[in-house]
Amino acid sequence: MTPFLDLLDIDLAYPPRRVVEDLSLRMSCAGIGCLLGPSGCGKTTLLRAIAGFEPVRRGSIRLEGVELSRPDWSLPPERRRIGMMFQDLALFPHLTVTDNIAFGLRNWTAEERRARVRDLLRLIGLEDLAKRYPHQISGGQQQRVALARALAPRPRLLLLDEPFSSLDVTLREGLAREVRAILLQEGTGGLLVSHDQFEAFAFADEIGVLDEGRLLQWDSAYNLYHRPVDRFVANFIGQGVLLVGRVGEGGSVDTELGRIHGEPPAGCAPGALVEVLVRPDDVVHDDASPLRAEIVERVFRGAEFLYTLKLSSGARLLCLTPSHHNHAPGQCIGIRLDIDHLVVFRRGDDDGRGHKVPV
Amino acid sequence: MPGLSKHLTLLSTFCLLAALAMPPVLANEEVNIYSARKEDLIKPLLDDFSRQTGITVNLVTGRDEELLQRLQSEGINTPADLLLTVDAGRLANARESGVLQAVQSEVLTARVPAVYRDPEGYWFGLSVRARPILYAVDRVDPEKLSTYEDLVAAQWKDRLCMRSSNSVYNQSLVAGMISHHGEAEAEAWAKGLVANFARPPRGGDRDQIKAVAAGECDLTLANTYYLGGMMDSDDASEREAAAKVAVFWPNVETTGVHVNVSGAGVTAHARNRDQAVKLLEFLASDAAQRWYADANNEYPVNPEIPPSATLAAWGEFNADTLNVAKLGELNAAAIRLMDRAGWR
Amino acid sequence: MLPVFSVVAVALQPAGEVWRHLAATVLTDYVINTLLLMLGVGAGALLIGVPAAWLTSIHDFPGRRIFEWALLLPMAMPAYIIAYTYTGLLDFAGPVQTLLRETFDWTRHDYWFPQVRSLPGAIVMLALVLYPYVYLLARTAFLDQSATVTEVSRSLGAGPWRRFFTVGLPLARPSLIAGVSLVQMEALADYGTVQYFGVNTFTTGIFRVWFGMGDSTAAAQLATLLLMFVFVLLVLERVSRRQARFHHAGGRHYRPPRLVLRGYAGGLAVAACLIPLLFGFLLPAGVLATWAARTAPRVVDERFLQLVTNSLLLALGAALLALLLALLLGYGQRLRPHPLVRLAVRGAGMGYAVPGTVIAIGVMLPFAAIDRTVDGWAREWLGISTGLLLSGTLIAVIFAYCARFLAVALHSVDAGLTRIRPSMDDAARSLGVTPRAVLWRVHIPILRGSLLTALLLVFVDVLKELPATLILRPFNFNTLAVRAYELAADERLADSASFALAIVLAGVGPVILLSRAIGRARPGYDPVP
Repeated sequence: MTPFLDLLDIDLAYPPRRVVEDLSLRMSCAGIGCLLGPSGCGKTTLLRAIAGFEPVRRGSIRLEGVELSRPDWSLPPERRRIGMMFQDLALFPHLTVTDNIAFGLRNWTAEERRARVRDLLRLIGLEDLAKRYPHQISGGQQQRVALARALAPRPRLLLLDEPFSSLDVTLREGLAREVRAILLQEGTGGLLVSHDQFEAFAFADEIGVLDEGRLLQWDSAYNLYHRPVDRFVANFIGQGVLLVGRVGEGGSVDTELGRIHGEPPAGCAPGALVEVLVRPDDVVHDDASPLRAEIVERVFRGAEFLYTLKLSSGARLLCLTPSHHNHAPGQCIGIRLDIDHLVVFRRGDDDGRGHKVPV
Repeated sequence: MPGLSKHLTLLSTFCLLAALAMPPVLANEEVNIYSARKEDLIKPLLDDFSRQTGITVNLVTGRDEELLQRLQSEGINTPADLLLTVDAGRLANARESGVLQAVQSEVLTARVPAVYRDPEGYWFGLSVRARPILYAVDRVDPEKLSTYEDLVAAQWKDRLCMRSSNSVYNQSLVAGMISHHGEAEAEAWAKGLVANFARPPRGGDRDQIKAVAAGECDLTLANTYYLGGMMDSDDASEREAAAKVAVFWPNVETTGVHVNVSGAGVTAHARNRDQAVKLLEFLASDAAQRWYADANNEYPVNPEIPPSATLAAWGEFNADTLNVAKLGELNAAAIRLMDRAGWR
Repeated sequence: MLPVFSVVAVALQPAGEVWRHLAATVLTDYVINTLLLMLGVGAGALLIGVPAAWLTSIHDFPGRRIFEWALLLPMAMPAYIIAYTYTGLLDFAGPVQTLLRETFDWTRHDYWFPQVRSLPGAIVMLALVLYPYVYLLARTAFLDQSATVTEVSRSLGAGPWRRFFTVGLPLARPSLIAGVSLVQMEALADYGTVQYFGVNTFTTGIFRVWFGMGDSTAAAQLATLLLMFVFVLLVLERVSRRQARFHHAGGRHYRPPRLVLRGYAGGLAVAACLIPLLFGFLLPAGVLATWAARTAPRVVDERFLQLVTNSLLLALGAALLALLLALLLGYGQRLRPHPLVRLAVRGAGMGYAVPGTVIAIGVMLPFAAIDRTVDGWAREWLGISTGLLLSGTLIAVIFAYCARFLAVALHSVDAGLTRIRPSMDDAARSLGVTPRAVLWRVHIPILRGSLLTALLLVFVDVLKELPATLILRPFNFNTLAVRAYELAADERLADSASFALAIVLAGVGPVILLSRAIGRARPGYDPVP
């Protein structure tokens, strides 16, 4: 089966700077994906290349098996049938909501066009505002109009360039889920660019983590969290700390918190120094445990508490507990480890990003 | 809608440009003129000419220097057959830069005196413009006036209004001074004149006359036709001002009154040379000469033609006999001299 | 750009000793007068234009709606014409001073009266007709300022004056600098007024050296020196425009309720708006009308209509072409931000400060050269003469006006283009619209106000401008400006009034249109009816 979206070995550059290097990515079906990365990692450039606004220097881009871009040729954006939602929305200030949505329906009959606009207005729940101009409606309404406009010509793929970043957190996740539902309903593939993992988790089935122009991992949210391929992904997705340990016998790692069973990286002889990723949910509060740690900081999160703990060696841990376990900073509590997936990195290949993820 | 109107705009621009690029439809017999004389001061004569001869006259008016520049840059392709200027110096310059040709016409040599034309027939003066002293009748005793040179005397201190040195009439006057007295003496004279100014130079000739009439100063130099124009004006205040001022003909016993001519020459690459000569002869004819005097209070070049009543009332004078071509040669020197003398 | 180049090319030839002469005598004068004129006119335009703009854009007082557009009217008044009328009125021999003398029985030495024909006089005249440029840009800037900014400053306890000086003015600064530099360029290019007032500037110097002394090289060098002044202005303007991007308050705009001025404050506001209108337009237009009423029956004949038509067609043709070129250059700069393109844009803008005559001759020389080349080629190969294809046609005239006024058009088009965010282009294209269709369906509608502004500004400017027509026009082609000039140059001011008034009236309509266009030209900011 031909993959839905296929990026093969592509390089992108703003000469003389390379922005994206040797990147391959494959979305097998018209699902919903997300490119996640810190600002400046090349994710927006990649999105613009897929839309056809940036040429590729190397490699190729295919959609449903049809080539869109290669180094010497590029199908113009207007013929790709790829929609795009922009960070600043780029609504046309001189057109009403209706006319904005109908903008891309040029070759449709008036009848079809009216029907399509009406459907979309209903879909985004703005039937009453059809005659308004963009500056006369609220930010969230503008987002919806921008979405409807991008979806109107029934694109095969919708690209979203951080369109929710200007909204507050609750509205952002809500709208992300809403857009996801609309995309699924329309049967359109989606690819979102974001620097916010929660937005990504709420929106996408598959997520790619980008850093400095390289795609580090393309995977489900679950796997990104529990099976990060490297230290950067581990740090970028979710919270956690890296705890120093020593490879023990027969697939285990010895740490300050005891022996943990799992698969250490290949080529690590017993006795080698390694680091183990410990997520807050891997640390369980257990008064019966002989392992004690001192509470340094406490953050109330409604359903749960996030404690920062100090071990006797001085190393820190994060611990998530149900919110009825209320302890004051300074107290010592008992903990134990409950790790499903052992994630271990070799000690020597630290790339200088530090050990501890900021809380 | 906006798209359509934009297309229309483009289309109409294109049509407009295309229409503008079309050369004018040419009549059978015609003559083309570059004239520094204002349209009002030449067109009636040209209309007469067309009526009499059936030759179409096409006219572009402008300033001497710019018309000369245009002639030069157009070179061999110039459509102009005749160049009319209001300053003999410019005609001499035109000859020098090779844009005129010599014309032998007995009619013209008979009608235009030798001092008012090029010795080899490159150009001919058509009207004479005199620049005498004008004075306030109630404050100046004409007995005390004598020459241009005398205007630097202490008795005229703070009593002189002058136009700026940008005026070609003043430039030509100073050129005449240089020609008669040499540069050093002329410069001393200019400095003396500046010292007697009642106010910094500004305005045109009529403004000088009005200033004299209103009492800002007592004396000025101005071309007579401006005074004539004010006398004939339909503005009562101009007529009143003109009535307070009288003409004094200076230098009658020495070099004569400073004069300049307006004149014309046939261009080097004229395509309608014969018609151009015909027009020149017409402009020197009795009827045309009389028109210069009647319509604009200029003096005819042809001494046979009696001046108009207005001109006659100012009295007769003897003009400077210097060939007016000389004024053109010295024009640049005159400007520098005025710069040095502080004549703004 | 061509005319500017051809002037500079002439300037590159070795100079005669004219320079030594100029340096020894009048050059210092030229420089000082030119600088004073620029500074004075700039300051004057600010002083008139900014308060008027501030008052009409965020306040309300009696007559505000009329002032909004009427304050632009002086733009239709050519500077040399206002100079003539005020001289006629206020000169020593004029009615005002004569009345004073007769009433009080004074003579020349008994009283002091400001001298119209002087450097200060020229500054006042030019400021009176040029301030609308500052007013125009300042008003746009004030209207664009976000209401939140005003409200924040009010909540912080800033009174109306402090708001003006600490918030409104600093935020509008880039626009003000842009407006002043336009005004100063116009003042630099002015010949008619300073010449008539006997003030020697660079521009009068160029004429004197070129035509009086017949030294075209030295004149071109003076002109090049003038261009350096202009260059400094342009750089200033650019820098300020770049800052404008950061200064833009951005965010969501809504129009705050106008502050109503009553009583004494309202009276002051009316005065601040009425005075420039009165002295910049009503009074001189009144003088012209009085003169015209007397002389019109004699000077206006059947050719008058032809003059009006010619003037309007010429202005329209030049305005359309300038607009087209400005669009090309603006887009060139937007799509291919190459240093060469930027240079071309900047160079093309310089024509604005160059006196019309210099531009005209700068057009004449290369056009004639082209004609000669084509003619020579045709003679050699085809055995026929093509004669003059460009010289002495209206194409040359219109081209010259484009060279002169492109800066104005470019300025508006540029300002409009910055309002179209690049993401809008991308959005349209991702919706299946080709680049050309993006132009028609997105850019043109958004730019419409700016385009109209550019068109009208050039139209009015060409209507007023004289030299290029005078020097380059074909046979038997007259315009209102040419007629007005010929009569005025012959010192028949009253006779020229009918034509001058016709120029002013022809300009009034577009100026009013302009004001309306600006009111509507900000999609996204103004509530659209």
